[in-house]
Amino acid sequence: MRKAVIIGAGMTPVGEHWKLGLRDLAVEALLNAMDDAGIDRVDSLYVGNMVSGPFVEQENLGALIADWAGLGNIPAVKIEAACASGGAAVQEGVKAVLSGLEDVVAVVGVEKMTDAWPSDATRYLAYAADAEWELFHGASFVALNALVMRYYMKAYGYTEEDLALFAVNAHANGAKNPYAMFKRPIKVETVLKSPYVADPLKLFDASPVCDGAASVIITTPEKAKELGVPKEKWVEVAGMGRAIDTISLASREDLLTLKAAKVAAERAYKMAGVEPKDIDFFEVHDAFTVMAALSLEALGAAKKGEGAKLAKEGQIAIDADYPIQTMGGLKARGHPVGATGVYQTVEAVLQLRGEAPSQVPDAEVGVTQNIGGTGSNITVNVFRRV
Amino acid sequence: MARPMQVSRYWRHFREKYRLIGGKCENGHVHFPKRSVCPVCGSRNVEEIELSGRGKVISWTIVRNPPSGFEYYKPFPLALVELEEGPIVLAQLTDVDPEEIDFGMEVEVVTKKIREFEEDGIILYGYKFRPVLK
Ligand SMILES: [Zn+2]
Repeated sequence: MRKAVIIGAGMTPVGEHWKLGLRDLAVEALLNAMDDAGIDRVDSLYVGNMVSGPFVEQENLGALIADWAGLGNIPAVKIEAACASGGAAVQEGVKAVLSGLEDVVAVVGVEKMTDAWPSDATRYLAYAADAEWELFHGASFVALNALVMRYYMKAYGYTEEDLALFAVNAHANGAKNPYAMFKRPIKVETVLKSPYVADPLKLFDASPVCDGAASVIITTPEKAKELGVPKEKWVEVAGMGRAIDTISLASREDLLTLKAAKVAAERAYKMAGVEPKDIDFFEVHDAFTVMAALSLEALGAAKKGEGAKLAKEGQIAIDADYPIQTMGGLKARGHPVGATGVYQTVEAVLQLRGEAPSQVPDAEVGVTQNIGGTGSNITVNVFRRV
Repeated sequence: MARPMQVSRYWRHFREKYRLIGGKCENGHVHFPKRSVCPVCGSRNVEEIELSGRGKVISWTIVRNPPSGFEYYKPFPLALVELEEGPIVLAQLTDVDPEEIDFGMEVEVVTKKIREFEEDGIILYGYKFRPVLK
């Protein structure tokens, strides 16, 4: 089988980009990635995006972005898997390269969220839930995650303070990332004193509404050599997995297991030939602090019920055994929903090239995990230093 | 978003939303709402079953920043209720002091207004749960 390597990565800072539209952000990130690879053409484009229709009244993002980036008459489509759209778009790009149909593929993840009124943004994000049986009852995404958070705390005896440690860790790392939305460290008290959005979930347990775009260029090692991309820039996409779970939370077999992440991780680990102990860092989907805990459990970094224990024991910091959110995670870097999986990929590339602002020493293998819905659609990717 | 909801879209589910009609497969697996394929065993032999509407709270939250369309009701309690037949249902709690909500609290179904649209729009009704009247 062919192999896939990432040869270029680019992004825009995450934030409230009042002066930039969806296309501006996407094109900027895409051109940054192409410049990083030193190329000026690609065979195709995959766009990760969740809800551009309601947010900015624009669909057909494949045509929009390829057109405005001057890529010519290439194939270009949008890939949607809720908040996991970015991770899924990376996978579709890799699949195109592995299949042999396309040699040089661009992936861009983009979301423009701040053009909408906040309560409308809350509604649009809830489109990833079950419209008839969740949104119908006024459930926001935050509310659904709050139900999980309370259940998790009760089941294993954790406190709001314990879960706050995930936000503290994310901010500590985000503070060093020039592309992060929040570049300041916080304390546990900051989280605890922030207002409840959906009890027991507080503002600082949640990732922000924001704008951003990130991009990667994928090809084969042979083609990378032919294009003259220096080997120091290559990062191998070693494994991929994707799976779904019930769309509504109430139908879940076990509220405290991210089954889709477990299944996706098993596939990705098998393809890459790795085990959790071989992984040097995890970029998990900490849209809400409880999701960071459940993700660590699903990815095999912690036993069931012990995800939050890893944070309590100080094992998630850059220099510890299970570093997570090395550039701030969704909480501090920001979570422009459909772009997040591509940001995670760019950050994994920087770690594995040794170029990250908070570098994990000698990182060789990294994992990204991107959650759509309340755990209903999840991608896991494994990256390896070449 | 103030656009009225299409009536047909709402009426498609009025039996589930007014009478808690769920499904029961040939192997006895009960689920809500009813599906054509049993989510547990994959059987397509699924009958309708009317659920009792009695259950207990297994988790809850207070929604303080609801999606647009629900601003009028905020803050409101939302819960996962495990029905006595087994399925878990997501719904708002009503007629309850938020301070009194607790794990295992016994609740029963009641039909209430869920949401209003603008003047010429429709009014949505559906199930909520209240503490069991003693
Ligand atoms: Zn069955």
